[in-house]
Amino acid sequence: MKHNVYVYIIIMALVTYLIRMLPLVVLRKELKSRFLRSFLYYVPFVSLSVMTFPQILYATGSPALGALAMALSIGLSLAGVGLDIVALCSCLAVYLASLL
Amino acid sequence: MQLENRKSFIKGLKDSVPIMLGYFAVSFTLGINASAHGLSWLEAGLMSFLNHTSAGQAAGIAMIANDDSYLSVALSQAVINLRYLLMSAALALKLKKDTSLGLRLSMSYVVSDEIFGISALQKAPLNGWYNIGSMAAASPGWVLGTILGAVMGNVLRPDITMALSVALYSMFIAVVFPPIRHNAFLAVVVSASMALSYAFSVIKALSGISYGIKVILITIALSAFFAIIRPIEEQDNEA
Repeated sequence: MKHNVYVYIIIMALVTYLIRMLPLVVLRKELKSRFLRSFLYYVPFVSLSVMTFPQILYATGSPALGALAMALSIGLSLAGVGLDIVALCSCLAVYLASLL
Repeated sequence: MQLENRKSFIKGLKDSVPIMLGYFAVSFTLGINASAHGLSWLEAGLMSFLNHTSAGQAAGIAMIANDDSYLSVALSQAVINLRYLLMSAALALKLKKDTSLGLRLSMSYVVSDEIFGISALQKAPLNGWYNIGSMAAASPGWVLGTILGAVMGNVLRPDITMALSVALYSMFIAVVFPPIRHNAFLAVVVSASMALSYAFSVIKALSGISYGIKVILITIALSAFFAIIRPIEEQDNEA
């Protein structure tokens, strides 16, 4: 490697920090635009959904196990079970199902 | 005031314990990956300490091993991590207006998918100390997992690693689905997002698009679409 690994790491860190920091420092006032407020309200639901599916199907190498984890997680979440228990049950279910 | 900050900090700390565990599992595999690409445990750990981004770091590790230019590494990080710009903007909107510059700069240190997920669901206005508490719990899981993964790669049996790999996605689901119980329209939002994401992965012309770009494109397009056809009422922002 002719480039320095630490320089790479610092560059990655600076770019990522700037992206995270700028909106938090610059956006000070209440947003007047109803469109922008609505847009930002939907951002987490859309982005987290996109990051979950279909990736969850490929995570274990077996789409069936991924689908099981997904169905179980959705069911438990809608039943009001907390984040940590959902994740734990999902991992446990995948482990047990993989033994079958 | 001080008491309120401390309460928010502790709540963030507690809420992030599952994130810490999930991070540990994910960053463990990231650490294995880093050492397989020739990075030392120190380099891998430092990268996790300074970045806290799974997709960005995975791309960075591959590019470092490939001896790519500094500029292309910077650009790839900007694109893959651009979704954090949207997330920080959403948080800025929700944040208490008198939040100090120092707190704003500090909480910017870790705006990750998961910490954003839990802080976006807090009642407005958001106290920035909640995020500081969240990162205080989650960050050690991320950094230590990476270092352990890089040092002792194959301690965990493959079947355990396999089972742990769904943890992060299950957490995303546990963040996104519960609000549907109070706002049924969100079921449409979530289904449409997943359907479009799936389409991007199977339609040939679109499947070459990188993960980071795909997340940005769909997030901007669908959030704008839903903002137009179903603008929120005032009280929705509290959700």
